[in-house]
Amino acid sequence: MRRSIARAAAVAAVAAVLVLGSAISALACGGLVAPNGTISLTRTSTLAAYHDGIEHYLTSFQFSGKVKSLGAITPLPGVPTKVIKGGDWTLQRLELEVNPPQFERLALTAAAAPAADGAVVLMRTQVDALNITILKGGATAVGNWAREHGFFLPPDAPAVLDFYAQRSPIFMATKFSAKRAAAQGVADGQGIPVHVVIPTPNPWVPLRILTLGRQPQDLVQADVFLLTDRDPAMLPQAVSPDGNTDQKGTILERSSWASNSLMQDLRSDQRSNWIPDQPMWLSYLKIDERASDLTNDLAIDASGYGHPDPVAAGFAFPTLPAPVDGTMGARTILWLGVGVAIVALFVRRRIHASAVRTR
Amino acid sequence: MKHRGTAAAAVLAVVVAVGVLAFTAAAAPPAERTVDVTIRFSHFDLASLRVSPGETVRFVVTNTDPIDHEFLVGDAEMQQIHEDGTEASHGARPGEISVPAGETVETTFTFPDQLAPGWEFACHLPGHYAYGMHGAITMVT
Repeated sequence: MRRSIARAAAVAAVAAVLVLGSAISALACGGLVAPNGTISLTRTSTLAAYHDGIEHYLTSFQFSGKVKSLGAITPLPGVPTKVIKGGDWTLQRLELEVNPPQFERLALTAAAAPAADGAVVLMRTQVDALNITILKGGATAVGNWAREHGFFLPPDAPAVLDFYAQRSPIFMATKFSAKRAAAQGVADGQGIPVHVVIPTPNPWVPLRILTLGRQPQDLVQADVFLLTDRDPAMLPQAVSPDGNTDQKGTILERSSWASNSLMQDLRSDQRSNWIPDQPMWLSYLKIDERASDLTNDLAIDASGYGHPDPVAAGFAFPTLPAPVDGTMGARTILWLGVGVAIVALFVRRRIHASAVRTR
Repeated sequence: MKHRGTAAAAVLAVVVAVGVLAFTAAAAPPAERTVDVTIRFSHFDLASLRVSPGETVRFVVTNTDPIDHEFLVGDAEMQQIHEDGTEASHGARPGEISVPAGETVETTFTFPDQLAPGWEFACHLPGHYAYGMHGAITMVT
């Protein structure tokens, strides 16, 4: 089995390299920020696994080309406790599960808050040739940090960063070091899996960030895998496949208990002992949307209550408590005082009337 | 009789005053106007601009974004040059400024007496024009 996975993964990797060619590319569920704005993202893959209040977010960064300063920004639902290298072939194995290889066809197609102030650096780490920084800050602060650290931000970046910062001011900035990649022997186009561990009440997958730097008519394509303890509720509700290969939208291609063979394979990958030793529900969503239509994220309620959060989906913004200044406080106290005085007067009259009747 | 003479003198004074005012208004160049422009989420808060012949406009441009922008005033040919061009920064010529992230920059520009169609204010950093960072400038006739 391991051999067949490795073989299929190798085929997938070769296909990716051929598709990408010599173009500057990166694959990840993050928004790409590159020096000249001419980046083309192909289909990306992400796994969001959720168990015991912890989201395990796996994505793969795959860079190809000669650019030295290339990076990505990924919004996160909370502060991660660790960012480590992901399993070597977990994402490929999930792809295999939902898209069994057809080698003959492959061979043919292979040619083809703290808002205003500066961002706070919460964590810095390295995963192979990637320099990863976890940031906390508003859209302007994070944008300034990114610009000052050599990230090129496309014109939609201020609005997209603001869209995320209003809901979760945590971002992961990933920068590819071509020099280190060469020293480590990372091949051009080779994916670097990153595993982000995030304690959060409910998992969440950022989707709108995939539109960063894209033209409105561009097609955004992504594979999103969810592993949860039970059948999750999602917002927006994914549509069922209609059989058309050009179906647009968020399409729920698979929703069932993960097979034993899949779970065993996933557990046997490197650094994958976090996968619980129990059955898990596998959801496979295919995102095929015009950039102009992908204005939301994927909110997930894995609790079984069936209420995914509209705020997490980006359909609403968090409601802030009304500001209470000194004037409001004094006015409230004044009205409370008037109320107490009226009640006291009423009680006094009742007592007085009662006393008169008693006499 | 004395009253009639005084009234005539007053009328004459008014006519002369109006004439002088009309003459000076026609001869003097239009007063300088200040136009404040704010950039937020890579959009100008000014959709379009109407100017008078020969008017001098002082543009005060504030960039609230965390990314750099430009504010370039000119005709279609000039805009195309900048869209294709590679000038890293602007500021030497009137009506052409770079507006770094979070900063306010101003430029004063005197419009000609006639404007051909295609005059705009725009930002030509990569992808910014296509994203909608431009507005038409027309002349009041």
